[in-house]
Amino acid sequence: MLEIRGLHATVGDKEILKGIDLTINAGEVHAIMGPNGSGKSTLAQVLAGNPAYEVTAGSVTYEGRDLLEMQPEERAQQGIFLAFQYPVEIPGVSNAYFFRAAYNEVRKARGLEEMDPLEFAGIMDEKLKLVEMEPSMLNRSVNAGFSGGEKKRNEILQMAVLEPKLAILDETDSGLDIDALRIVADGVNKLKRPENATIVVTHYQRLLNYIVPDFVHVLAYGKIVKSGGKELALELEAKGYDWITGGAPAGVGA
Amino acid sequence: MTHGVEYVEQFQRFAANGGSEAPEWVQALRSSALDRFTQLGFPTTKNEDWHFTSVAPITERQFVPHTSPSGDVRRTELEPYLFPDTADWHMAVFVNGRFAPELSHLENLPDGVRVMPLARAWTEAPEVARRIGTVAPFDTQTFTALNTAFLHDGAVVHVAAGREVVHPIHLVFVTDRHGANGVSYPRNLIVAEHHAKATVIESYVGLGDVMYLTNAVTEVVVGAGATLSHSKLQREALNAYHVGTIEARQERDSHYISFSLAVGAALSRTNIGTVLGGEGCGVTLNGLYMLDGAQHGDHQTRIEHAQPSCFSRQLYKGVLDGASHGVFNGKVYVDPIAQKTDGKQTNNTLLLSERAQIDTKPQLEIFADDVKCTHGATVGRLDDVSLFYMKSRGIGAEEARKLLTYAFAADVLETIENDAVREGLEAMTMARFTGVVDPVSR
Repeated sequence: MLEIRGLHATVGDKEILKGIDLTINAGEVHAIMGPNGSGKSTLAQVLAGNPAYEVTAGSVTYEGRDLLEMQPEERAQQGIFLAFQYPVEIPGVSNAYFFRAAYNEVRKARGLEEMDPLEFAGIMDEKLKLVEMEPSMLNRSVNAGFSGGEKKRNEILQMAVLEPKLAILDETDSGLDIDALRIVADGVNKLKRPENATIVVTHYQRLLNYIVPDFVHVLAYGKIVKSGGKELALELEAKGYDWITGGAPAGVGA
Repeated sequence: MTHGVEYVEQFQRFAANGGSEAPEWVQALRSSALDRFTQLGFPTTKNEDWHFTSVAPITERQFVPHTSPSGDVRRTELEPYLFPDTADWHMAVFVNGRFAPELSHLENLPDGVRVMPLARAWTEAPEVARRIGTVAPFDTQTFTALNTAFLHDGAVVHVAAGREVVHPIHLVFVTDRHGANGVSYPRNLIVAEHHAKATVIESYVGLGDVMYLTNAVTEVVVGAGATLSHSKLQREALNAYHVGTIEARQERDSHYISFSLAVGAALSRTNIGTVLGGEGCGVTLNGLYMLDGAQHGDHQTRIEHAQPSCFSRQLYKGVLDGASHGVFNGKVYVDPIAQKTDGKQTNNTLLLSERAQIDTKPQLEIFADDVKCTHGATVGRLDDVSLFYMKSRGIGAEEARKLLTYAFAADVLETIENDAVREGLEAMTMARFTGVVDPVSR
C-alpha cells in the first residue's frame, strides 16, 4: 500500500528526516515510536502533505502512485487520513457543515453522489456512538472550545466518517486520560479492516496496549534505527530510548 | 471654511419650509447646531479622529436635501434586507428620509412600548422627544451638528419601565432612485426606561445604483437595570456615502449590546459611543466590516468608563478585498473614579488582497489605578495551519479558503443574540464568500 524509500525532509533549513525506509501493507498496524524531536510527527505531516515541510530526497509510493505529487486534499480523497496531534480550531464553521463538506468531497473523488443533509445525519448518528460523543457537538464550531479529549475524539470521529485506507494517528494518546484513551482506541479498533492499514505515532507504549501493532519502528534523529514486533514497544518502555539511540545521534555522518 | 456654504443656504430654505412645524426649542436647537457646523467646518485628515478617512468625496459633491416625501418603494424590494419569518416584528420604514406608513408595521406594539416618527413625537410624546439633543453632543462633531441642524424625521422608540419587548423593532432607512443625489438626515431616539428590555435593529439600505448621502444620528438612553440590544446594519448602495453616529448613555446596572455591520457605501463612517454612567454597567460593542473594490469603511468606537465596576467588551472583525480600505479606532477612557473597570478590545482584520489596507488604532486612556484593560489587534491572511487541516480532510484549496474566510467573519456574527438576524447575516456572508445561497447548509 505504502512504500517509503530514502525519504529526506526539511522544515526551514533544518533537516528532520534523514532517509526513511518503510513498507506498509494492507491489514497491518505499524507503530512508530521515538523520543521527542526524532521526526515522528514530521513523517506523519509529510505523508499528509503539509506544505510547511519540504521533501528533499526519496520517494513515497501509495497504491502505485507517487504520493509526493498529490495535493493534501487529493491524498485525503484517495484514502489517507491524518489524526492531528494538535487538532485545529476553526471558529465559525460548524462540525456538521465541516463533516458533510469533507464527506462529500471524498465521495465525489470516489465517483459517488453527494449526500443530502438528512441522509448524512443518519450516518453521523451511528459514528457519534462509536466515539461516545453527543449529537449536539455537531452544532458547535470545529474543535473550538473543545477539551483536549474532545478534540482527539473528534479526530477519530472524522476518521470514522471518512473511512480512510491508510490512517495515521499522530500522538493521538498525548494528553488523554485513561477513559478517553480507551474510547479513542476502541474507535480505532472498530474501524480496522483487512484492506486498511494504520500508522500509530506515539511516544509512549501505553496506547499500544489498546491498539496492538504488528510492527514497531523506532525513529531517532530522522532515521528508523530499529524495527521489530510488538514486544519491542515493551522493551522500549522498560529500558528507555537511550537503550537504542545510545544517547548519541544515530546516523551521524550518514 | 470653503465648503458648507450650500448647507447654510439649504438650511435657510429648510427652516422656512418643512422645518417650521417643529416646536420652538427644536428650531432653536437646529439654529445653534448650524452655527456650530459653520464654525467647525468639515474635518480634514489633520484632525486626529479623521486621520485615515478623507471626507473630500462628500464635501466635493452637492447633495440636495429632501423637502417632501418621495420614492416608490415596494415591500418586495425590501425583502432582501429584512429577515425570514419576522412578520411579528415591529417595523418603521423611512424612504428617502421620510416616514413611510404604508411600508411600516407598528400595529401590534405591546402596552408601554411606543414607536413613532419624530414628526409625531413632538405632539404625541413630547416628554420623550424632549430628550433629542441631550445625548449626542455636536460641539466637536461636524456631522452630528449638521444632522441636528436638519433634524426632521426619524424614529422615536420608547420602552416603559419594566417592559420587555418580545419581538425586535426594526427601523429601516431606505434610499431609492428618487433619492439620487440627495441627502437624508435620519434622527432617532431610543429610550429604554429602567429595567426595560428591547431589541432594536437599524438597517440602512439603498435600492439600485444610486449616489446619495445618509447622515444619521441615533441617541440612546439605557435606564437603570435595562438591557438594550441594538444592531446597525449598513447595507447602503455601493455608490452611496454614509455617516452614522450612535451615542448612548447608560445608567447603573444597565446593559447595552451593540452590533455594527458595514458592507455598503463607497465611503462609510460609523461612530459608536457610550458613557457608562452608573456602577455595574456592561457594554458590548461588536462589529463586522466586509469591503471590496475601492470601498472605504471606518469604525470609531468610544467607551467612557465614568463609574466604577463596569465592564466593556469589543470585538470588531473585518474582511477586506480588492483595494478597499478599512479603519478601526477604538477609544476607551477610564475616569479616575472608575475603579474595578474591566475592559477588553479586539480588532482582527483579514486581508484577501495585496491592495487592501487596514488602519487600526486602539486608544486607551486610563486614569484609575485598579483596572483591567486589554487590547489587541491582528492583521493577516488566512491561517496556513487551518488551510492544511481542511485540505487534509479532502476539502479543496479554493473551497477551504472560502470556508475559512466565511468562518473568520462568522466568528463575530455568532455573538448576535437574535436568531433571525444572526442566521440572516450568516447566510449573507456565506453567499458572499462561497456563493452558497442556502442558510441551512452551514
